[in-house]
Amino acid sequence: MTAPNTNRPSPIKVLIAKPGLDGHDVGAKLVGRALAEAGMDVSYSGLKRSPEQIAERAQIEGVDVVGLSIMSGAHLPLAKSALEALRARGLAHLPVVVGGVIPEHDREPLLALGVAAVFPVGTPFEELVSGIEKLVSSRKSTRAAP
Amino acid sequence: MSKEKSDLSRVVWESGLEVKPVYGPADVEASGGYARVGAPGEHPYTRGIHPSMYRARPWTMRQYSGFGTAEETRERFLFLIKNGQTGLNVAFDLPTQNGYDSDHPMAQGEVGRVGMAVDTLADMEIAFEGIDLAKISTSMTINGSAVPIMAMYFAMARKRGYPLKELKGTAQNDILKEFIGRGTWIFPVDDSVRLVGDTMEFCAKNAPKYSPVSVCGYHVRESGANAAQEMAYGLAIACAYLEHVMARGLTVDEVAPGLSFNFDIHGNIWEQVAKFRAGRRLFASIMKDRYGAKDPRSMQLRMIAGGGGGGLTVQQPENNIMRGAYYALISALSGTQTMALCCFDEAYTIPSERAAKLSLRTMQILMTEMGLCDTVDPLGGSWFVESMTNEMEREIQKILATLEGGSGIVAAVREGRVQAEVNRSAWERERKLESGEVKKVGVNCFVEEEEEHAVELHPYREGEAAKQVQRLRRTKETRDAKAVERTLARLRAAAAAKENVMPATIEAVEAYASVGEVCGVLREVYGEFKEPVGSWR
Repeated sequence: MTAPNTNRPSPIKVLIAKPGLDGHDVGAKLVGRALAEAGMDVSYSGLKRSPEQIAERAQIEGVDVVGLSIMSGAHLPLAKSALEALRARGLAHLPVVVGGVIPEHDREPLLALGVAAVFPVGTPFEELVSGIEKLVSSRKSTRAAP
Repeated sequence: MSKEKSDLSRVVWESGLEVKPVYGPADVEASGGYARVGAPGEHPYTRGIHPSMYRARPWTMRQYSGFGTAEETRERFLFLIKNGQTGLNVAFDLPTQNGYDSDHPMAQGEVGRVGMAVDTLADMEIAFEGIDLAKISTSMTINGSAVPIMAMYFAMARKRGYPLKELKGTAQNDILKEFIGRGTWIFPVDDSVRLVGDTMEFCAKNAPKYSPVSVCGYHVRESGANAAQEMAYGLAIACAYLEHVMARGLTVDEVAPGLSFNFDIHGNIWEQVAKFRAGRRLFASIMKDRYGAKDPRSMQLRMIAGGGGGGLTVQQPENNIMRGAYYALISALSGTQTMALCCFDEAYTIPSERAAKLSLRTMQILMTEMGLCDTVDPLGGSWFVESMTNEMEREIQKILATLEGGSGIVAAVREGRVQAEVNRSAWERERKLESGEVKKVGVNCFVEEEEEHAVELHPYREGEAAKQVQRLRRTKETRDAKAVERTLARLRAAAAAKENVMPATIEAVEAYASVGEVCGVLREVYGEFKEPVGSWR
């Protein structure tokens, strides 16, 4: 299942996090599992994490990408405070993606906040996997450039 | 051609039961016969808990509603009542459900968003102003913070002159399922169960017509469980609460009539029907044979059913109108006592007035035009339905056996074992949806390229949230601070001594102590639940 991808020396490390108070985590866990099956190294924050807790965990685990799962409709304020908490820890470069019940007209405002990609409910796993792979590899190549 | 081929291929339900192309009398005999069918209103209640069911009393219509402040929610309540709704079903916002006040840092962006914000008794008083609590029964979807919210409802009712002895209504208050799915837990598992026990004991002694617990298979199914698991875990949870309060010296007949259930409907129509009929008679048998119930009310599985959020799709949202109508039909064919439908826009947003009214009209059409109330258990006696009811009963029993007949569920939840089972089912179902083995219209078949969806989004008004915080501050300033301090100290002592916390909580909320303050005291005493590591997949 988790055969190493020969193109990459180490698997992409992802933190799937549940910010805010929303307790609906079926989607977060399914996405986490799908990413793990695609060879990524996935950890899950558990429910009701504060922005600081999420940023701290991202730092300790040295993840390549943070996925926020938000079903309550509070994605704009929650994404904003998570990004701020990451910035405060010097992790502004870390791509943050948002999934959940995200209306189309909130996609642009999320991207404007600094979210790297939005994956609303109904996004096929394949698209998620390739989206995250692309994000991480483009970031790695940018950083490798002189 | 292909039709013939698919007719002859295997048909297996999500719960693993296989369906034959044709059923006859021999199939019923082979599956266990008619012995446990019985008559409606008689043990084991396979056909329904009342002898004449909807002929005597149609189901209660109780749409889940609430958002913003108490004023806005009250307006929606009045709208629904005006349009013929016969009960209320209150949605609370996430801070309220998680035991935080509206001014807590964790409440940021969430105040009034997915339900009504309640901080103190003042909000409860506004929400129900002018609504006759004796005529309109109210069900409250509240779990982790059920103790202060029930206390507020009781305090509000008492203040308005309704004696607790006569008060009807329901609190969801099923904390075990919150650990499996939905997530509005606060305290550790065992303390949480004890709090549920406190409410059951309090109601048995002081508010005997109030249902303190509505056991929810619903959210277990929503989290990924199949129909058989949904019923099995629901029954197991009911057993756990009962055994807990019976250990306090209460008899089964003092507490079991206060138990009700909340079940899900989505997926295969016949599988749901078999689930309800099998579940009803299993519950009756367990109550009678294991716990020695004598009061028929202790053995009657009363339920709310009709919603099935997990069956609705964000794609082609209007299709959810049809899904809702079929779920309502299944619910009526299965003998539900109360119905609430998920609105077609609910995969996106707080339902609009239009969507809420459509759900209400759907139920009213079934009730008044279609003959759903004509006769009891119209599917009873069908060779197919009776065979599958027998098989479903065995399937549910098999799962119950893995939980020591049900009693083992508290430990299984504490250790994350139930969660792991449910996660596994969710993953299997998702894989089948992705592969197309399980079909979903608009998702993996009959897919359309869609423009912006035709759903009007409920606005979230920051101003209303600010108003709520202001009201909380005002209440805190004007209340008798000494009385709050005194009553909260009494609550702390009761909690630490493991005494029933309900009387002290009622006193505290009557002094306008807030949800956050009451839960804060209980957090100090009990600590908070820590999710079992590694149970997420």
